[in-house]
Amino acid sequence: MTDTVAAAPLFDCRKAFAEELIALATADERVVVVCNDSVGSSNLVKFRELFPDRLINVGIAEQDLVGVAAGLANGGLLPFVSAAAPFLTGRALEQIKADVAYSHARVVLCGQSPGMAYGELGPTHHSIEDLSWIRAVADLPVIVPADPAETRAAIRWAAAHDGPSFLRIGRFAVPAVHPDDITFQPGRSRQLTEGDDVTVIAVGTMVSRAVDAAARLRDEGIALRVINMASIEPLDEAAVLRAASETRGVITVEEATVTGGLGAAVAGLLSQQRPTRMRILGVPRTFAPTGSTEFLLTHFGLTADGIAAAARQLAGDGPR
Amino acid sequence: MLTTDDAQAEHYLRLRRRLADGDVADVAATLAELARQVRQADLAMIRRAGLGHIGSDFSVIDILVTLYGAVMSVDPRAPLAADRDRLILSKGHTAGALYAVLAQCGFFAESALETFAGPLSPLNGHPNRTKVPGVETNTGPLGHGFPVAVGVALASRLSGSGHRTFVILGDGELQEGSNWEAAMTAGHHRLSALTAVVDRNMLQQGARTEETKRLEPLADKWISFGWDVRECDGHDHRELLAAFAPAVGDRPVCVIAHTTKGKGVSFMEDRVEWHHKVPSQEQATTAFEELAR
Repeated sequence: MTDTVAAAPLFDCRKAFAEELIALATADERVVVVCNDSVGSSNLVKFRELFPDRLINVGIAEQDLVGVAAGLANGGLLPFVSAAAPFLTGRALEQIKADVAYSHARVVLCGQSPGMAYGELGPTHHSIEDLSWIRAVADLPVIVPADPAETRAAIRWAAAHDGPSFLRIGRFAVPAVHPDDITFQPGRSRQLTEGDDVTVIAVGTMVSRAVDAAARLRDEGIALRVINMASIEPLDEAAVLRAASETRGVITVEEATVTGGLGAAVAGLLSQQRPTRMRILGVPRTFAPTGSTEFLLTHFGLTADGIAAAARQLAGDGPR
Repeated sequence: MLTTDDAQAEHYLRLRRRLADGDVADVAATLAELARQVRQADLAMIRRAGLGHIGSDFSVIDILVTLYGAVMSVDPRAPLAADRDRLILSKGHTAGALYAVLAQCGFFAESALETFAGPLSPLNGHPNRTKVPGVETNTGPLGHGFPVAVGVALASRLSGSGHRTFVILGDGELQEGSNWEAAMTAGHHRLSALTAVVDRNMLQQGARTEETKRLEPLADKWISFGWDVRECDGHDHRELLAAFAPAVGDRPVCVIAHTTKGKGVSFMEDRVEWHHKVPSQEQATTAFEELAR
């Protein structure tokens, strides 16, 4: 458990991704990587040096990228697809649905630099729709690690999983919120702070900010329960329902549009099983203005301050 | 998941052994008879289900029968054997033809064909590998099978398995850009163990291909992408057998099989409306009579 991470060192999760992939490939010769001219942006230069035959670069061709990966799985290999999240999920959505998920092809889809990591490059390069799109596809786990340790753990799990999976690999630097030796289990969340007043359920870049918000609110006498829900699909329903019964309200926060990601998953569960006051924080259904990632996160209130403000509202009004 | 019909699989494997020693005329005659039986089974399925893609099925059946009857190395008793040859039917709407051929090989019991497209049947209108042994990937939306086949061929090379990979593409399907991404990848990697078969019947769902969006000069397109192109009559089993011979050199092989949509039934042949029309009882009777000759 981490109390405050505001001043902690920051990590690019792509580095953990690349290192873990090399470890896996060293141990298992079936591991191959498929990319779309994304060797540099996926931090795969060293992988290519070590395993030149096992890095398949299909060029700038995302439909081919995902189809080829499904074929490699059919041929007995263990392919990791590594591509910028907006193009992987947007351009190849039907391949993800038909060739990977519906065909039950053992492919690990790694969406790199998701959310608004490409800041000033603009909404064409932002991947805020991915969680809504991918969560709608059956039989495809949706995983958003929060830090390097969880990124490594999720990759190890995906490599051993008998089926497809989608992982969001963060580029925007984040502090570590987990110890190095954690394991990942689908459908299991991690509670990072104790608290019985309000719950924050966060994923990815938002987890450390939720932890920061908890530290700030503690001085005000509000105990915030922070849950890292890295496994959006399958969702840790028990943890969500417990939070709804034990605290005054539930906040979700994600670096994604609020149309169908984490917030929609939690709201869908609670509205039917335990109606609960909620705040769903994320990017509204709009295209972002120009700005850096940090600027845009602040612009949309995706900060410790934004989370704390929502928590004060839920702590202050209405019964449990 | 359907399971192997052991007796039919034995029958199929015996036939394969016999054909391996037979002369070309004998093989071609046997394949022609198998194709006739598959057309009859497919027509019966479509009549029962009240849906299907009969024109497209009859276009591709001779290609499928030749591959399964005398070219590919597959064992219906071990449909996931690592070194099996792979057939990917990218034109997934001709699932009926594939199902009838797979049943003939014993991948599952022929009686399952009676459930085609029925409630909860494993035999969907488009093939599903998690329910039907012998199906390698789920197709239906066009332009999907070819990239998957490229991945299978790459895996064959990387793992040293050496198996062959075949992908069957509709000609209209080539209007999907993903195919040309895959053609470029296979050409770049010189995947000589990959054969793409174009079912060139000149018709797509709504009209002739050349009126909808021109494909010609088709052979030149493939050649420019680094492929060895072979053209043949897609209903002549001798020509198909020759076209499916392994690659000579290091280029992947494209077989442009010139076919007729609705082949085998006079009133369906080369008629765009028979893409997915279901024959009436009277039309079916006539069709069965023609297929019995």
